[in-house]
Amino acid sequence: MNLNELALLFAASINSGTPIALAALGLLINERSGVLNLGAEGLMLVAAVTGFATAVHTHSDFLALLAGVAAGAVLALFFALLVIYLNTNQYATGLALSLFGAGFSAFVGVPYASESLGERTQFTLPGLSKLPVLGPALFSFHPLVYLTVLLSLAFSWFLFRARSGLVLRAIGESPESAHALGYPVRRIRVSAVMAGGALCGLAGAYVSVVYTPLWIEGMIAGKGWIALALTAFATWRPARVLLGAYLFGGVTMLQLHLQGQGVNLPIQLLTALPYLATILVLVLISRNSAWIRSNMPAALGKPFHPGA
Amino acid sequence: MTPPNLIHRRAVSAALACLLLSACSKKTEPSAATTSASSASAAVEAAKPAGPLKIAFAYVGPVGDAGWTFAHDRGRKEVEAEFGSKVTTAFVENVPESADAERVMRDLVDQGNTLIFGTTFGYMEPMLKVATEAKSVRFEHATGYKTGANLRTYDARTYEGAYMAGVIAGGVTKSNKLGVVGSIPIPEVIRNIDSFTLGARSVNPKITTHVVWVNKWFDPPKEGEAAQALLNQGADVLMQNTDSSAVLQTAEKAGKFGFGWDSNMSKFGPKAHLGSAIINWGPYYKQAVKEALDGSWKTGKTWWGVKEGAIDLVGLSDQVSAEAKAKIEQIKAGLKDGSFSIWKGPIVDQSGKEVLKAGETADDKFLSGINFYIKGVEGKIPTSG
Amino acid sequence: MLRLEPRVEASRAMSVASPLIALLLTLVIAVLLFVALGKDPLQGLSMFFVEPLKSTRGLSELSIKTAPLLLIALGLCVCFRSNLWNIGAEGQFILGAIGASGVAIRATESSSGALLIVASLCGTLCGMAWAAVVAYLRSRYNANEILVSLMLVYVAEQLLSYVVSGPWKDPQGYNFPQTVTFLDAVRVPQLIEGTRANVGILLALGLVVVVWVFLFRTHAGYRLEVGGLSPLAARYAGFSQKSALWTALLLSGALAGLAGALEATGPVGQLTTHLPLGYGFGAIIVAFVGRLNPFGATLAAVLMSLLYIGGEMSQSRLGLPKSLTYVFQGLLLFLLLACDTFTTHRLRFGKPRVALRSPPGQAAPPPGSEEGVP
Repeated sequence: MNLNELALLFAASINSGTPIALAALGLLINERSGVLNLGAEGLMLVAAVTGFATAVHTHSDFLALLAGVAAGAVLALFFALLVIYLNTNQYATGLALSLFGAGFSAFVGVPYASESLGERTQFTLPGLSKLPVLGPALFSFHPLVYLTVLLSLAFSWFLFRARSGLVLRAIGESPESAHALGYPVRRIRVSAVMAGGALCGLAGAYVSVVYTPLWIEGMIAGKGWIALALTAFATWRPARVLLGAYLFGGVTMLQLHLQGQGVNLPIQLLTALPYLATILVLVLISRNSAWIRSNMPAALGKPFHPGA
Repeated sequence: MTPPNLIHRRAVSAALACLLLSACSKKTEPSAATTSASSASAAVEAAKPAGPLKIAFAYVGPVGDAGWTFAHDRGRKEVEAEFGSKVTTAFVENVPESADAERVMRDLVDQGNTLIFGTTFGYMEPMLKVATEAKSVRFEHATGYKTGANLRTYDARTYEGAYMAGVIAGGVTKSNKLGVVGSIPIPEVIRNIDSFTLGARSVNPKITTHVVWVNKWFDPPKEGEAAQALLNQGADVLMQNTDSSAVLQTAEKAGKFGFGWDSNMSKFGPKAHLGSAIINWGPYYKQAVKEALDGSWKTGKTWWGVKEGAIDLVGLSDQVSAEAKAKIEQIKAGLKDGSFSIWKGPIVDQSGKEVLKAGETADDKFLSGINFYIKGVEGKIPTSG
Repeated sequence: MLRLEPRVEASRAMSVASPLIALLLTLVIAVLLFVALGKDPLQGLSMFFVEPLKSTRGLSELSIKTAPLLLIALGLCVCFRSNLWNIGAEGQFILGAIGASGVAIRATESSSGALLIVASLCGTLCGMAWAAVVAYLRSRYNANEILVSLMLVYVAEQLLSYVVSGPWKDPQGYNFPQTVTFLDAVRVPQLIEGTRANVGILLALGLVVVVWVFLFRTHAGYRLEVGGLSPLAARYAGFSQKSALWTALLLSGALAGLAGALEATGPVGQLTTHLPLGYGFGAIIVAFVGRLNPFGATLAAVLMSLLYIGGEMSQSRLGLPKSLTYVFQGLLLFLLLACDTFTTHRLRFGKPRVALRSPPGQAAPPPGSEEGVP
């Protein structure tokens, strides 16, 4: 494989990993506040169909992505009300969201299945993208890809350097203490869940509007679940989430690349590789239970009862 | 959690169990008829009800897929337009190729349909089973290989479309590398890859074809990624045997070329689209309905191509030279009058072995069993064991 | 001001009523949806809930959908009660089908019916083994069982694709990725002649009783339940957390594997890549709607099957999209979870009677800031 091919593979991995990274960053905010949202897949699907439909009607990618964000936030709000104010079981509610989201998106998307979005712009950074090797590898991405990197940096700063980030983390570790200190735990959690949902929505809309500009039922194909796994094995740190997502994208693209090269391994093994890799990393990082305890938000998944 | 009041629930469950037990008889299921019907079997006489012929179509995907199912639905619409009030048509989409298919088939029979089309391979066993029970209903199975007295198969020579696409690809490519996004490694797809390569090599002996398999008929994101992987390796013209427009769209984004498959996909990649290898199910469906209406319907196997109007290469863009366009017309004419054969020797497989001797023309049996790559295709067919 | 006040003791009445209320609300929304789509709501409802029950054939189709859903849900009831979130039952189902098929394809004309038993056992064991992976990784490495079991679903799908494309492919099958059709000897015996109903449903109903007894009448079941409700209490009482983990997951895997085995040797009769239908995920809803109780799960499984089959019928007869079924299923679960809140809380008006005491040295939080703001 020559250097140019390597650069293209690298770029393809980044592209493939971006929706996962975005969703995972959103889930990270959720989980840092102590709420586990298993409905990421459903959120992304509804956002994908909303974004696509908007793109078809308005011919504007920007509006479409915005619509996806809104859809994600609204569904997340609904989820948050159930889980935070009615204290329903987080796992079950998240699953219900996933299943409902899958059905609802398929239902709503029926009239859009044969639509196309017209000519797509090729985004390049002027001048820089013409550089040999580095050009295609680093400077020919859609703006959202760069945004994802920036978001990851911003979140790192927010969580570990800003006061509000500290409060968020505190709520995730011990909501009772935060409550005793006077912080509106439930309101902050709802905001966090909505923000997370907005990002999952952005990820979903990215898939249907930018990555594969089509709508088809179930097109998220498990990326929401992968994002959930990713937050765990990135130990809830934004920078690691980004790396993990690109790694996952890389393994996905690598197996396709290997096929094209004529490598004779069973395609099923190659297709299963990313998932096996995820399990492996999960095992490696969970091994040290003390380490996991010190990294995982302690109140993750547990209901919070003020005054209880 | 506090268990709810159990007595009520137990009573209901017991009642359910009694209901089922009372109708119990332990017999094994009848084995499905697997013999192919004798070609001399009489025409299936359906009880002729007063009123229009009720026709139903079972689709594996959504009619909006712009690919395989869309093409079948186009055919259905042509039937409606042609026969008007003599027929009524209905369809069920997204019928999975599993145990559920049998239920759908039976339901279609129950609703009074007397001509039922199953448009994907995976309906073979369910249709066979239901056909042996509903003997007065005519069943038509696409791309299958098992027939019965009231079940026949039909297929389209998609390899002819692939060959013609190859002829164009060979002329357009600059890198001499062609890419194919393959669905599932069955003979039909291998044959299409080989035919594509044959067509390309007939105008450009230097080309090589690279293949990436997505192991599904329809998975747009995966298809797009596979297309990207091929483009990254230097392929500049892409072909597909999958059912969505993702491959063409990916080619469009990268400024390279591609073809539409099953249906005209030009609107999904206006700059990249060179042509679409489409299937016209209309001619066959109209024929089948005509036979059902006039009572001459009988079992058998049908495999139609360019000659009968079932296959075509349409939407040729301006990127295609006038020369190439003329060659395509020549090929179509040759296929129509029988003077041209795609699979005519000498043809050599990847290992160098001659699979068709000079002057020898492949028959349908040979074509049905193709499970080798011809020379020019890179990589190995992913069979394991 | 509306607010939720925790009850002293969970309300039994609400516990029973809540699934029914949820169903009722789902029906109301269904009617609204039908009207919005321009279809006759009564016809729509009848298609979903009445049509499938009208004929023997309809009932038999119902039974072959109910059996696998119920079997898997039984296992999930055990797991969820132990606070183990086995989301990957679909993967264990697939392994069960693979295991049974591996035996079934070796049947010859002279095979006896005992081969079917062997095939089913093999399927059950394979499902158990797949769940054992989850149990092992959780017990030894603390790996989260939700994520591991879910990733294993994708791996199971690839494994299925591999065996039917390679070693077990039908040699006469024109290279299509599927096995031979199984011979009669290894097909599940029919229950009602002329229909597809088989003894799988009887097996499932029998296991309902077994699982109920296990959960509520054995010490092992009691230990699992305590472990799920309060791990600390369980540890204090000396109940091994590890053994609970293994018991629950292995049982769940076995039941899901059995369901897969029955599906392959029953209605399908061969192994193809189209065998998995999402029962592993549907069973999650069944378990919840059934209040994690085996008898409740039975009714819930029938309800879910009605939704599946009714959805199919409404597609071919009313032209409604198939995805409607999944919308209803998701809605049902959502509404159930919402209604469940009223089992443990009650609705009250006005401000709380007990004011929040502020810790020494700190100002009291402003009234109504946290408590009771919906």
